[in-house]
Amino acid sequence: MVTSPPSVVVVTGVSRYLGARVAARLVADSRIDRVVGLDPHDPPARLRGLLDGVERIRADPRAATEAIAELDAEAVVHLAVTSVPDPAHGGRAGMKEQNVIGTMQVLAAAQGAPKLRKLVVRSSTAAYGASFRDPAVFTEDTEPRAVPRGPFARDILDIEGYVRGFRRRRPEVAATVLRFAPMISLSAETSLTRYFAQPVVPTVLGRDARLQFVHVDDALEVLHRSIVEDHPGTFNVAGSGVLMLSQAVRRAGRVAVPLPETGLSTVASLIRRLGVEQIGLDQIDLFVHGRVVDTTRLVREFGFTPRSTETAFEEFVESHAAGSSLTADRLAAAERAILDGVRRVRAAADSADSKA
Amino acid sequence: MLPGHADFRLSEGPPPKKLNGRRPIPEKPPTEPPAALDVWDRRVADGLAFLRRRLAGAYEVDEFGFDPELTESVFHPMLRVLYRDWFRTEVFGVENVPAEGSGLVVGNHSGTLALDALMLTVALRENRPHPRHLRLLGADLVFRMPGMSELARAAGATVACNPDAERLMNTGQLVGVFPEGFKGIGKNFSERYKLQRFGRGGFVSAALRTGTPIVPVAIVGAEEIYPILADLKPLARLLGVPYFPVTPTFPWLGPLGLIPLPSKWLIQFCTPIPTAHLTEFADDPLVVYNLADQVRETIQATLHELLQKRPDPFAR
Repeated sequence: MVTSPPSVVVVTGVSRYLGARVAARLVADSRIDRVVGLDPHDPPARLRGLLDGVERIRADPRAATEAIAELDAEAVVHLAVTSVPDPAHGGRAGMKEQNVIGTMQVLAAAQGAPKLRKLVVRSSTAAYGASFRDPAVFTEDTEPRAVPRGPFARDILDIEGYVRGFRRRRPEVAATVLRFAPMISLSAETSLTRYFAQPVVPTVLGRDARLQFVHVDDALEVLHRSIVEDHPGTFNVAGSGVLMLSQAVRRAGRVAVPLPETGLSTVASLIRRLGVEQIGLDQIDLFVHGRVVDTTRLVREFGFTPRSTETAFEEFVESHAAGSSLTADRLAAAERAILDGVRRVRAAADSADSKA
Repeated sequence: MLPGHADFRLSEGPPPKKLNGRRPIPEKPPTEPPAALDVWDRRVADGLAFLRRRLAGAYEVDEFGFDPELTESVFHPMLRVLYRDWFRTEVFGVENVPAEGSGLVVGNHSGTLALDALMLTVALRENRPHPRHLRLLGADLVFRMPGMSELARAAGATVACNPDAERLMNTGQLVGVFPEGFKGIGKNFSERYKLQRFGRGGFVSAALRTGTPIVPVAIVGAEEIYPILADLKPLARLLGVPYFPVTPTFPWLGPLGLIPLPSKWLIQFCTPIPTAHLTEFADDPLVVYNLADQVRETIQATLHELLQKRPDPFAR
């Protein structure tokens, strides 16, 4: 079912990369009359260019309630979900405030908006929790078996709980929940791209997680389609295929340093001074359990296949070649050198034999 | 040769000219004549290429974490020594395993450590014109242990749960399951070759839902590799494992106690039980229970037959 695209769209979280890109894309779509960006913070300079045609309202989620109702919004796109505590915005407390309380208020506002037809919420595959009894591949119907340790994953569970409540109260609104795999691309800076860009990458000893990524451009495409088309429901968004963490580290030409699971976050925060990205419980959960999702429902409903995990990661590796030590080229060179050496030694031995 | 063809020649182009003392045609890189490569050269080259691929991450892993390259070039050659030379395994009825498409291999479990599962995977790689990878379903304890969990996933195993089992069968894989679980491998030596309870028959409903044929398999030999004389339950509870075995060699000899006794192994694959006509009964507990019981009876009867073929557990 495809109805007419909404004429007024409210996007939250436009001060961040994804929100700004989504808003810019909506502005470029001639079918949409008005794009309003809600964010308590000002966007950084590098994103300001993207937000030219976007009406920006600098408001915290509480003030957003009035804004959404006054604007006669037909669609609300909630992207103000952060995965890593940002010390500049209040650390973990600020993150929880934004993720959980923010979602609650945006959804309350959306519930009171009379003309609302569509709600799109950014979620994460972290919604499946982390347990040793988990199936290898999650479908959208898999229930989390254990409450995850990571703060972001807990927030995601709360956020999805609020969306369930919203669906009950406004069943006529097409609510789309998109569970994204970690995003990766040439330009986007996420905690995971920073992680793989380090020369030395801490991993969990004795664990090798199965990972999936989604290319940011594909994530944008899915978000855009869920705004201009009607796709109610919950969808996994990930690139097909799997990379093991060790494999990804090797493909990125980095060196993995396995650390024991207990105290990994302490060690990681201690060596953060050496330029190593801090690892939180969310990452440890991911690296211990891995996370692979089934995207059959997304492909069928959206008619769109995101590029594979392997391709998405390859693009990322190409753009972050600086600082890698064990590249494929160097390994191939080493292989040739060793083979030549072996031949030379054998040839020398043979000639010595024939002389004797 | 046709008449007149003997003196036929293509007209030659102008000879290459030297320009500024440089060759107009770039020099070809010197290629080694293939005859110069003997067996050892090739092995060294193959080994290095393998190492390079592993170090560069240039290999494929499926969504369960199965790494076919690592399994075939590292795990299987090692297990094959145990399979062929140590346990002198003989396999019967391997033609009962579907050559392609999905299948569910259900076996008896014994031997303290799950070596029988590993030997079954080798048997299916070795003994047929179409070698197949057996995708084992393991207890979650295996996937809790660091190190072990990753070895198991790389070798193609996954957690024993219905979503994973059905996903594997729906993609045409050969799945291996041991419904006795820890009750089977942790039983006393005096209970040898007596099948334990088969759980709730979850494996049967997974097979019914996907219409996968069930192949019962009887494995004789694993009971004698580490005969359990006693089970130190308090110690097991302390360590968080299902049992703590005392065998003639363990824990007395320390790590040497981990060497399995060289028993003679026989593996018999039984006639497959088709399930395609029973798909709508996947949630019917009576059908599921009866089918599980049929599989259990088949394995038990086959175990008795095999034991008669092998009167001496340590025969050649």
